[in-house]
Amino acid sequence: MGWAIALHGGAGDIPLTLSEERRLPREAALRHCLHIGVTTLKAHQHPLDVVELVVRELENHPNFNAGRGSVLTSAGTVEMEACIMDGKTKNCGAVSGLTTVVNAISLARLVMDKTPHIYLAFDGAESFAREQGVETVDSSHFITPENIERLEQAKEANRVQIDYTQPIQVDAKTETDTADDGDSQIGTVGCVAVDNHGNLAAATSTGGLVNKMVGRIGDTPIIGAGTYANNLCAVSATGKGEAIIRSTISRDVAALMEFKGLSLKEAAAYVVDKLVPKGNAGLVAVSATGEVTMPFNTTGMFRACATEEGYSEIGIWPSLQN
Amino acid sequence: MVGGWAIAVHGGAGVDPKLPQERQEEAKKLLTRCLNLGVSSLRSNLPAIDVVELVVRELETDPFFNSGRGSALTRKGTVEMEASIMDGSKRRCGAVSGLTTVKNPISLARLVMDKSPHSYLAFSGAEEFARQQGVELVDNDYFITEDNVGMLKLAKEANSILFDYRIPSVGLNSCSVGAAATDSPLQMNGLPISVYAPETVGCVVVDREGRCAAATSTGGLMNKMTGRIGDSPIIGAGTYASELCGVSCTGEGEAIIRSTLAREVGAVMEYKGLGLQEAVDFVIKERLDEGKAGLIAVSRNGEVAYGFNCVGMFRGCATEDGFMEVGIWE
Repeated sequence: MGWAIALHGGAGDIPLTLSEERRLPREAALRHCLHIGVTTLKAHQHPLDVVELVVRELENHPNFNAGRGSVLTSAGTVEMEACIMDGKTKNCGAVSGLTTVVNAISLARLVMDKTPHIYLAFDGAESFAREQGVETVDSSHFITPENIERLEQAKEANRVQIDYTQPIQVDAKTETDTADDGDSQIGTVGCVAVDNHGNLAAATSTGGLVNKMVGRIGDTPIIGAGTYANNLCAVSATGKGEAIIRSTISRDVAALMEFKGLSLKEAAAYVVDKLVPKGNAGLVAVSATGEVTMPFNTTGMFRACATEEGYSEIGIWPSLQN
Repeated sequence: MVGGWAIAVHGGAGVDPKLPQERQEEAKKLLTRCLNLGVSSLRSNLPAIDVVELVVRELETDPFFNSGRGSALTRKGTVEMEASIMDGSKRRCGAVSGLTTVKNPISLARLVMDKSPHSYLAFSGAEEFARQQGVELVDNDYFITEDNVGMLKLAKEANSILFDYRIPSVGLNSCSVGAAATDSPLQMNGLPISVYAPETVGCVVVDREGRCAAATSTGGLMNKMTGRIGDSPIIGAGTYASELCGVSCTGEGEAIIRSTLAREVGAVMEYKGLGLQEAVDFVIKERLDEGKAGLIAVSRNGEVAYGFNCVGMFRGCATEDGFMEVGIWE
């Protein structure tokens, strides 16, 4: 048994032709965040603290869809959400609809540690943030020029699907991502970690979906959908929120291990291959025994992992090992 | 094997054993009325998803239980309602939170499922969607009953010690909190049972074609923080349906969320091969830790089951072969 860590910066239709100027900073960010996670795990910090720290770092990076760099709602605003869970105690905290909190994941942690509730949203979550004195900024801090442009593209291309005032064809009712500029349109960031004692934790954070309706909640803050940890494994998922919610995919990885006796890799592969339509999702997971897996059924997933045994990977598209 | 229709309804778990007899009779009458409404719609071959919506609307509209009119109040004395619905055959789902003017939250959840590209809308965005969809809106006062104004006052008195989230909460849990746990052994969510408002209403149905559906609606926890989301709108926690079963949970929301209670019933059936009642018993016994909750469930074979580990659950169930039960206590 050893420590292990995995993180992601979103799964989606990341074109193989992604230009170097877009690819390199993201790879560098993944490497940087992985390094932080590994260093803190080696320093025997609790996985709960490690995943929070790593996700804060990912949130602060403007190229990923969380914190600064979050994608915009149809109203051009930012509404961020996040979730954190401790495997051993199953304690968890979640937030949605944040507009001014710099690090959504840390507010989720405070909901877990300092309230009798698990999940706070919108105005109530914002006023809790003020009571707790976490760092807040003007909402414009989170909005990048790239995301303003992306919203315009999405509005143009998505008009039919997203315009809910029109009758919607049943089969057209999907969350379509559009512009293939290489950024994770439907992205999320997340981190899972396990220490030498088998303590597990998972954390996920997101700006949601480009051109989402105001008030839309995705899979990220939903325990069992985007985020889950118990005494067997920790999982953080990314992709099309609605598909992830209805398949409760992070809980199902753990359920398959627990009730069917599958290994972490088998359980995660089953969930990604069988429970979610192709092109919809990816996840990172670690087990109590220090295994790690990062399957996805999208074109790519920004991801990185490391284990105490010395295995490490930073990748975007399917690797040879997969 | 398809075994005919089955239906179960609940009006929340965690009932004061001292609940006056006439209130008990009132509860049973309402449960029976809702059950009969569901049964007659099933007899006229309404799909499961329509039946659960219809029955939950009825429960929301009646002020007796904690949902729609009669919802528990937030710390500010306002109502913030939430609901979710799931269609098992396609695993489609819709959820809403933070509603303040929508008369029937469950129907807005249904519209989120049917008419939006999303699964879950909350607060002002959900209210805006409600206006666009033209659902019936009422003033927030409509939902507030005199009973609940009194209950909020009592909850605040009881809670001023128990639920101060500004106090570091090492070992704090969503249930049996603090010293008062020893003073009053009967508690739900840290509140004396006499003050606690059973959190939810719900309905699960399997129709003659073996399609399962589940719906849950609530005003949430009495004296909750503004913005608090409980288990009811969370797919896999308060509500879940698949090809195999439909499940609606009630009780201490936080315990239900962390145990993904509704999905758990489906998961042990799917991955462990348990039968419906076995699955219900397993999750109630093994999954709640010290939390208190109850649930109702149906399977695609036309079975119905319920379970709870707290004092009482308002519930009723019926199956096509003539079984019918309405009860509160074990």
